[in-house]
Amino acid sequence: MAENKARLLQGNEAVVEGAIAAGLRFFAGYPITPSTEIAEQAAAKLPTVGGKFIQMEDEIASMAAVCGASLAGVKSMTATSGPGFSLKQENLGFAVKGEIPCVVVNVQRVGPSTGMPTSPAQGDVMQARWGSHGDHEIVALCPSSVEEAFRLTVEAFNIAEEYRTPVILLMDEVIGHLREKVVLPSKEELTIKHREKPSVPPEQYKPFAMDQGRIPGVPPLAAYGEGYRFHVTGLTHGEDGFPTNNPAIAEKQIKRINEKISSNRKALCKVERFFLNDAEVVVVAYGATARSARKAVKDAREQGIKAGLLRPITIWPFVEDALSEVKANLPKAVIVPEMNLGQLVLPVRRVMGDSVPVIQINKLAGQLIEPEEILSAIKEAV
Amino acid sequence: MALPLEQYLRVAKMPHIWCPGCGHGIVLQAIVRAIHELGIDTEKTVIVSGIGCSARAPGYLHFDTLHTTHGRAIAFATGIKLAKPELNVIVITGDGDAAAIGGNHLIHAARRNLDITVICFNNNIYGMTSGQYSPLTPQGSYATTSPYGMLEKPFDLCNLVMGAGGTFAARSTTYHARQLTNVIKEAISHKGFAFVDALSQCPTYFGRRNKLRTPLDMMNWFKDRAVPVNAWEKLSPEEREDKFPIGVLKKTQATELTEVYKELIQQLQQRGGE
Ligand SMILES: Cc1ncc(C[n+]2csc(CCOP(=O)(O)OP(=O)(O)O)c2C)c(N)n1
Ligand code: SF4
Ligand SMILES: [Mg+2]
Repeated sequence: MAENKARLLQGNEAVVEGAIAAGLRFFAGYPITPSTEIAEQAAAKLPTVGGKFIQMEDEIASMAAVCGASLAGVKSMTATSGPGFSLKQENLGFAVKGEIPCVVVNVQRVGPSTGMPTSPAQGDVMQARWGSHGDHEIVALCPSSVEEAFRLTVEAFNIAEEYRTPVILLMDEVIGHLREKVVLPSKEELTIKHREKPSVPPEQYKPFAMDQGRIPGVPPLAAYGEGYRFHVTGLTHGEDGFPTNNPAIAEKQIKRINEKISSNRKALCKVERFFLNDAEVVVVAYGATARSARKAVKDAREQGIKAGLLRPITIWPFVEDALSEVKANLPKAVIVPEMNLGQLVLPVRRVMGDSVPVIQINKLAGQLIEPEEILSAIKEAV
Repeated sequence: MALPLEQYLRVAKMPHIWCPGCGHGIVLQAIVRAIHELGIDTEKTVIVSGIGCSARAPGYLHFDTLHTTHGRAIAFATGIKLAKPELNVIVITGDGDAAAIGGNHLIHAARRNLDITVICFNNNIYGMTSGQYSPLTPQGSYATTSPYGMLEKPFDLCNLVMGAGGTFAARSTTYHARQLTNVIKEAISHKGFAFVDALSQCPTYFGRRNKLRTPLDMMNWFKDRAVPVNAWEKLSPEEREDKFPIGVLKKTQATELTEVYKELIQQLQQRGGE
């Protein structure tokens, strides 16, 4: 089939291909380097499949429109980078609280502030986790190739739909602009998930039920215009969706929306393991940096050094269990290269405790971390 | 006309949170009457609001409802309308919500001529946060953040919307409740972006500070200053001082965004099918 031919694609283009394959039919965005190609591709492609693109007046409005469209029953996405990601945070929190499925792409560039717009970074790892106020869980996925950008976009939509939650696709400028030859899977090869619809009559529908749903704690979601006449608010609400000041109900609801993610960590957390079984030195790397790490590990192996790579594909929730397995093998060191001052290294250190030394390699001015730099750290550690 | 309340209101959610004498209930009633008189499908109507006393209205309305973030209701509504153009989308907003934090969304929705109706419960004050000035507070009026009188000049929201390309703009007040219902009816029926500046009273935080002790004083203040638009046209600039026009101020037809989109999609799909 035509779909299975090899194509030369950019990471940002692959995101749009993946999104449309996953069922994206509404995109709202605001141009910002290095994510702009996503908006441009969405503008060109969506109307051809009956979907809609709109360039909103800013990122706040884009995030809002995405929430609105999703509540109307249409799979929705926005894409941005640093400054725009900051602007989206309040309405991203609204999507968490209103349990509105949607996908937010952040193609990271160097910050803080306007920073270095065309240079790659991984500086928004913690912002993705904690950027919006209040206690909440978030799901963030991090591709490290063009093909994976496609697959993880599909996965992001599936998770958003299944868990009624916003999902962040945390890319970086390298992956966003990288061109690779890829063979995209055909429609038949993909699993596409859809939010669970209520099966009860409108009078009985509780959009924020504590104990309903295919996944416990993820209540079915009606769409506007289907006769359910339901209410969605950012105020803390009870099962019926209406505001409450009752501390017992408030606590239960806040816990539910946190636990629907945290208690499903096993299903959500994906990693890639590369030469990990007998590794004496383990590199933990994600996104573009993982490409250099893979090369470094290969080179080390060729030189007889037992190095391995653990690549978190899911950034949030944190891949706690995979890290604990690494720790159980008591490697000589864990090396964490990141294009920031050290962000994912924080939970890595927490898991390793005093048992395993954790070594950081950090670059923050838009330069890539080269395989040789990681290799020499590996050599020093053995 | 008797109003079958249960059809439109979530009666179980009463009593409402508004203060005695607050004008917001009168505007809400005008909206319900307008919807009732128009006979539009309540299951195909979504009501969206931002944050404020006004923004709590959708919680009492038996429709699909969305209570969003401060200032952003129009942007959420834009997503709903584009995703499902067959829905009637009505935005309930406050003067702070619409004109301060959400001012950018207001002018852009007007420019796009998206077929939604925006009703601003304009009490020219921040009610919910206890009486700070808004971009609609008249010059010289007192608010907690204008203890020496409001220094800035206020917006005229209808002029703003008309200037931005909105195809329908109307104004009325809680004193003119019947007219308010009528302009809301026209706004909802209008194909394109429609804006209603619904002057409402906040006796608690505006009236008390500005020598309008009772809600009635405030409504009389509206009565004394409102001029029907036909009469307004004939007034000299001096006669217009301290007064404002009420009624439908603009009503024109222009291409509407969801219609344009529908045509584009049809064209592209035909081309794809050839
Ligand atoms: C981002 C944000 N900033 C500030 C607030 C605090 N706040 C809540 S309501 C409000 C003003 C509401 O005034 P208006 O829109 O005129 O509505 P009213 O209460 O007068 O009906 C403000 C400033 C908020 N909720 N969110
Ligand atoms: S504070 Fe003002 S606007 Fe708010 S409910 Fe009371 S009277 Fe109405
Ligand atoms: Mg107000």
